[in-house]
Amino acid sequence: RGSRARALPDRALVNCQYSSATFSTGERKRRPHGDRKSCEMGLQLRQTFEAAILTQLHPRSQIDIYVQVLQADGGTYAACVNAATLAVLDAGVPMRDFVCACSAGFVDSTALADLSHVEEAAGGPQLALALLPASGQIALLEMDARLHEDHLESVLEAAARAARDVHTLLDRVVRQHVREASVLLG
Amino acid sequence: MAMEMRLPVARKPLSESVGRDTKKHLVVPGDTITTDTGFMRGHGTYMGEEKLIASVAGSVERVNKLICVKALKTRYNGEVGDIVVGRITEVQQKRWKVETNSRLDSVLLLSSMNLPGGELRRRSAEDELAMRGFLQEGDLISAEVQAVFSDGAVSLHTRSLKYGKLGQGVLVQVSPSLVKRQKTHFHDLPCGASVILGNNGFIWIYPTPEHKEEGAGGFAADLETEGVRVSTEASLRTSSCLLLAMKWNWGALWSPGRTLRVPAAEAPSFLPSLAVSG
Repeated sequence: RGSRARALPDRALVNCQYSSATFSTGERKRRPHGDRKSCEMGLQLRQTFEAAILTQLHPRSQIDIYVQVLQADGGTYAACVNAATLAVLDAGVPMRDFVCACSAGFVDSTALADLSHVEEAAGGPQLALALLPASGQIALLEMDARLHEDHLESVLEAAARAARDVHTLLDRVVRQHVREASVLLG
Repeated sequence: MAMEMRLPVARKPLSESVGRDTKKHLVVPGDTITTDTGFMRGHGTYMGEEKLIASVAGSVERVNKLICVKALKTRYNGEVGDIVVGRITEVQQKRWKVETNSRLDSVLLLSSMNLPGGELRRRSAEDELAMRGFLQEGDLISAEVQAVFSDGAVSLHTRSLKYGKLGQGVLVQVSPSLVKRQKTHFHDLPCGASVILGNNGFIWIYPTPEHKEEGAGGFAADLETEGVRVSTEASLRTSSCLLLAMKWNWGALWSPGRTLRVPAAEAPSFLPSLAVSG
């Protein structure tokens, strides 16, 4: 139960928690719950979903999103966002649009989309993009490396294209599910 | 020694077998419903750049000039007159807070509860102090919705002999969108169990009381009597059937009178026949 003190009078509070299973990476590693990476990831997820969920409709309420990574091979932020979109949609919480995310990087003067763990560990610049596909608006764009501004355009384009591909997939699955469920419900 | 084995096979999607006769307009968040600005927007939609956009995944419902999108699965939204089954979470001054699977906790005011003996008087300070004697945290009650507050919270009342604290039985929680609104929500199944279909998705299955006393189920069910034991078993089996149906997504909408016999090959032999429409 959330604390009453943190309740906002005009909108809902979005609370995201990220955790990573010990067996998710190649080497079994115990990750304490409040560590820096989890907190930062939780904060990024919160910013992403506060942009997408229509929080004005649920004043004095809290929406909890808990994500746990079972297998990590790069692109964990993107996977978390895509999974959480489906979860929020299934719960019936009103959202502006799907939120589709993908990571992208720049290696050997080529923009790469959806980096794997090996490519991320290589140390090149990497970018995480969360997109609202219908309007093309960006929910979150994050990069903590150095990239020449001439290359930014191509990397951003690669990430956006990959995110739109993810959207096509999610859209198809959700529509199929809605069709099934509406047949069952009569 | 040869043995016959059946391997799991993916079920065929139902929409293919039933056919494309659904004239419903199904949408997902981000879909444009219409660009005509003459419509009023209802739940599940929002206005963006001169067009009406859906904000939940579900079917579009159009009533004259009002367009709303009914989501597949939501929290319970109270309407006046609904029967709900809820669990007491808090005992406050002059009211109880009841958890009914909705966005905000429902409220049961002390003045909306019948006093023992059916007296009609103003609730005094002694009644307030005795509140915990009637209902404590963790108790289950059946009640009716009296009013809905502006923020969506629901106010309940138990001003009838058929509502009140629930005794021995089993609670099954399903999605509220699966329970249709009907004339009566209290049913007696032929197998010896009785069921209360809460509109909020909480379904209470209890052994049919031998003699119709007030209230659903007794506080101290007498398990010695053979009849009561049999009907308790029946209620437990009914709840397992329900859980199985939910698991296999039979889309159970409750309307007694339409029976669906469970195929013997798919279900254990002891399951009683059940009123499920799917």
